[in-house]
Order: sequence, then C-alpha cells, then structure tokens
Amino acid sequence: MNASLTRSAVSAPPPTVRRWRPGRLLANLIAVLVALIWAFPVYWMINSSLLPNAVLVSTRPRLGPWGGSFDNYAAALASGSFFTSLKTSLIVTLTAVVACLLFAFCAALAISRYRFRGRTSFILAVLFIQMLPAEGLFIAQYKLMANLGLLNQAVGLAVLYTAAVVPFTVWMLRGFVAGVPADLEEAAMVDGCSRSGAFFRITFPLLAPGLVASGVYAFLQAWNEFTIALVIMQKEDARTLPLWLRGFIQASATRETDWGQVMAASTLVALPVIVFFLIVQGRLTSGLVAGAVKG
Amino acid sequence: MAQTSPRRTARRRPNWAPYALLTPAVAILLAALAYPVGWQLYTSTLKFGLAQQFGQAADFIGLSNYAELLSDPQIWAVVGRSLLFCLINATGTVTIGVALALLMQVVAKAVRIALQVGLLLAWAMPVVTAMTVWVWLFNWHFGLVNWFLTKLGLPFTNHNWLEQPSSFYAVATIIVVWMSVPFVAFSVYAGLTQVSTEVMEAAQLDGASGHRRFTQIVLPLIRPVLMIVLLLQIIWDLRVFTQIRLLQDAGAPASSTDLLGTYIYRLGVGSSNFGLAAAMSVFVLILTVLLSAPYVRSLMKEDKA
Repeated sequence: MNASLTRSAVSAPPPTVRRWRPGRLLANLIAVLVALIWAFPVYWMINSSLLPNAVLVSTRPRLGPWGGSFDNYAAALASGSFFTSLKTSLIVTLTAVVACLLFAFCAALAISRYRFRGRTSFILAVLFIQMLPAEGLFIAQYKLMANLGLLNQAVGLAVLYTAAVVPFTVWMLRGFVAGVPADLEEAAMVDGCSRSGAFFRITFPLLAPGLVASGVYAFLQAWNEFTIALVIMQKEDARTLPLWLRGFIQASATRETDWGQVMAASTLVALPVIVFFLIVQGRLTSGLVAGAVKG
Repeated sequence: MAQTSPRRTARRRPNWAPYALLTPAVAILLAALAYPVGWQLYTSTLKFGLAQQFGQAADFIGLSNYAELLSDPQIWAVVGRSLLFCLINATGTVTIGVALALLMQVVAKAVRIALQVGLLLAWAMPVVTAMTVWVWLFNWHFGLVNWFLTKLGLPFTNHNWLEQPSSFYAVATIIVVWMSVPFVAFSVYAGLTQVSTEVMEAAQLDGASGHRRFTQIVLPLIRPVLMIVLLLQIIWDLRVFTQIRLLQDAGAPASSTDLLGTYIYRLGVGSSNFGLAAAMSVFVLILTVLLSAPYVRSLMKEDKA
C-alpha cells in the first residue's frame, strides 16, 4: 500500500504557492470529512464482520470491534462453496483479462498505426458497443450460451466478459500506442533491429503502464460483475463469488439474517480486490488519463 | 504526430496487417455482442412468450411489440423515472467528482492521500458487497443511519427507507453516487495534474480570479476527460441494474421502483415475454444512442484533429 501512496503523491506535484489561510484550512477539513464519509461503509462492513450478531441487532450500535472475534468468518467459510466459487471467479477473471488484453492490444495497434478502409467504422462501432445496455442483451446471451452448451461453464462467461471489456480497453490502449511515436521503432530498425525486435525492445516496454492499467480495469470488471453471471451461471456449483455472496445472504435471510456472518462473507469477497486495487492504483489512474487525453 | 506517422508506416507495411490485427477483437464482438443484438432485433418482431420458449413456432407480428410498448402508460413512467434518475445521478456524480478533484489540488499532501485512500476503498468494493453494506446501513430496524438520525432527535425510529419510491430512489442515488464518484474524481484529478502550474501562476499574477482561471484555463484543458467521464456516467446510470435489483431484493415494492434495466429483466426473465422484452431493449438502445450521439460526434472530431 505504501508504494502506491508514494507513487500517487509523486505523480502530482502540489502547487508551489502554499499559504495557510482560513479558506485552505476549511478545504483541508472538508477533504478529511469526505475521506471519512467515503471510507465509512468499508469500515462498517469490517467492524460488523467482527462482532457477534447479538451485538449487531441490539439497540445501541457498537462503533468499534471491541470484544470481536473471527467466528463469523469461520461460519461463512464453513457454510458451503466459498472455495469452489473462488476458483470459478479466478478462472473466469484471468481468462477474460488475458484474452481481452491480447485482442484489445492488437486492435489498438491497428487503429493507431494504420489508416485503412473501415477504420472509422470500427472506432464508431467500439464506441457504440459500450452503450449497448447489458441488461437488454442478457436474454439473447443466455440463448446463445444455451445453444452452444456453455451455460454454467467458466469459458462461456469468460467469452462474454471479454467481449464486454474489449471496447473500453481498445479505447484506452489506443491512447498509449498513439503516444509511442512510430519513428522510434523505425529508428531502431535503421540501427539494425528486426521489425519484431524493434517492437519488443522499444515499443512494448513503453506500453507496459497502459497494459497494466487496462488489465486492472478488465480484472475489476470481471471480478465484480453480477448481472450476466446471474443469468448464465445458475447452477450452485458454477457460481462466481458475487453470486455466492448473494446466495449466502438469501440463505441467511430464510432464518433471521445473521448480519455478522453476512458482513464477514462480504469482506471475504471484497478484500482481494481492495488489496489489489490499493497496490496498483497509481498506474491505473495515470493509465485512464493517458488513454482519455492523448488523441 | 499521431496523424502523420501512421500514414508513413502504412505505405510500407502490407495492407492486410490491420485487418489481421483486428480479427480477434471483431470476432469476439460479433459472437458475443453483435449476434445477441441481431437476435434481439429479430425477436422484437416476434410473438415470443412462454409457449414459444418450449418449442412452439413464433409468429412474425411486425412492429406490434413496439406498438404495445409505446401505448403502455406504465412504460412511459419507467422511461421518465429512468431518465430523471440518470440525469440526477450523472450530473451529481460528475459535479462532486470534479469538486473533489479540485479539492485534492489545494489540500496538504497527507490530507490528499487520506482522501485518495478513502475514494479508493469505495471504488474497489464489488457492487454486490457494497450493496450488502448499504442495505445493512439503511436497515430499518438495526441500521446505523436510523440510529444516527434518531440520535439527532429526528423521527426515524424503524423508518423503512425502501417502502416509498421517493426515499428508495434517494437511497439508490446515494449509493450510485458513492460508487461512481471515485472514478470521476481520479480521472479528472489526473487530468488536472497535466495543467501546467506555470500557466496557472502566470494567470494569477495577471490578476485572473480563481473563477476565471477555472473557466478559462482549467476547464478547456480537462474538457476531453470531462466529456468521456460524463458520457460513461450517462450510459452507466441509464442502464443501472444491479443496485436497483438488489435494493428490491432487500424489500422494496418492485412495480413502483422499476427502472429500465429491472423492467426489461422482469418482462423477459420474470414474465417470459421475450418479444416484448427484446423490443424494450431495442428501445433503450436507441435512447442511449440518442443521449450520447453529441458526445460520440465530438470524440470522433478529436480523433480526426
């Protein structure tokens, strides 16, 4: 986490003129308040996950995890298929990320390094595809997967996720590829590099931040996706983690909902992403901007 | 630069190369998105209900599904609610996001990092997890929000937030804005860091007020980022599904709180009226394209420039 903090701090030089005026003090106070408000639900989730349900449903909320334990986590892990879902989520997500990066990178290379017939139509199509309402398509996608026999299969879900993420990734990577001048590659070739050598030694390393940013974006989309998974992965042992969480909540609601266990289950689903996100965030935001700003 | 160099290289490389490079992306988009869209268009002209689901032939009924949709007052209520929800959420998110990005620029370094970590935590939360926590916070019986408001002396003991559509949408708005602001704030902040400090200081020395510096220097420079971010928010908020669906799961009356996404879901998966649901999807698609056409046009212009 520290590494990402310093990176984000370094990437943004503070304005040189800095005087302590009442306005500035107020701005700092507001910023701290906003930070607390935004982080609070996450804190409250972890806090509740450590407390026994009897405490949670009493009239006075306990604002810190005093007298807490990890019992809720043990209960959440013990009840059913967390690890099966974890495995499904990992397979689907990693497949989607790798496929998406590969496909989107090739496409970005094509539209930023070549002018060809159909280029504008492709860019337009990419932009419009992002607007397709996923909720309007899932019935058709369900039919498609049913016809292919890919319902409840990680591969089927990974294909749909890849298609869903490719357009935005193409758009993002295109900014990076355009940012690396082709002249650089040509100069290397004049100096005796082969075409592929020039590409892998010169262009590829310069694109690494863009690939990381796009990869993270794809990872998060696939890991957190709920709607398509809800429709495609209906069998219990085919569930991804978000579906496992929903199932856990519903199972808990048939009895008296055990909020402590529900919060522990929520934390289990969220924690990997939060940790991962804090590590890579500096690269992600710079990637977003490079993709958006550079023509 | 981006414009001249591709042309030069294009002449030397064989011209099938770009098509080969595009093939995988185009193939997967055709299979997983274009085919469903085509199916959608086709199905929207059929009478396709539960019976057809079980093998009965579907009759071609032309535009009857569309006629049925357009004459149904309930649909217009859903469309109106969705548009209102989308506009309030998109403008709210972008306004707060820009405000926080500007805030990050003026506060002390430690405070900025605190703010960034706070936003990051919210951004990283999976939707289903975030919804669970918010439902727990707004729980009518044991929720922290009601406890806090009661503490302040307000009559919120056992208040059910999800019962009335207006407070249902208020809760949904809080959640959606909370989730979406970090993306906007980080993108705009990163855009702001590319505005050179020399220019800002020069403007300050020349006596430009803070307001003028913002509208005349900062705003034009971060316009591309703002455009993209606003476009994405409009698209995402118009088709908001998961948040509404999970709030309905938590005990809200579905019929009076449906937005476009959940309405299509209920038509299709709930009532098995796939023909009507498909027509509705096509309608939403057209609506989205109309809403975002101006942005797409200006993005294309920037591509040519």
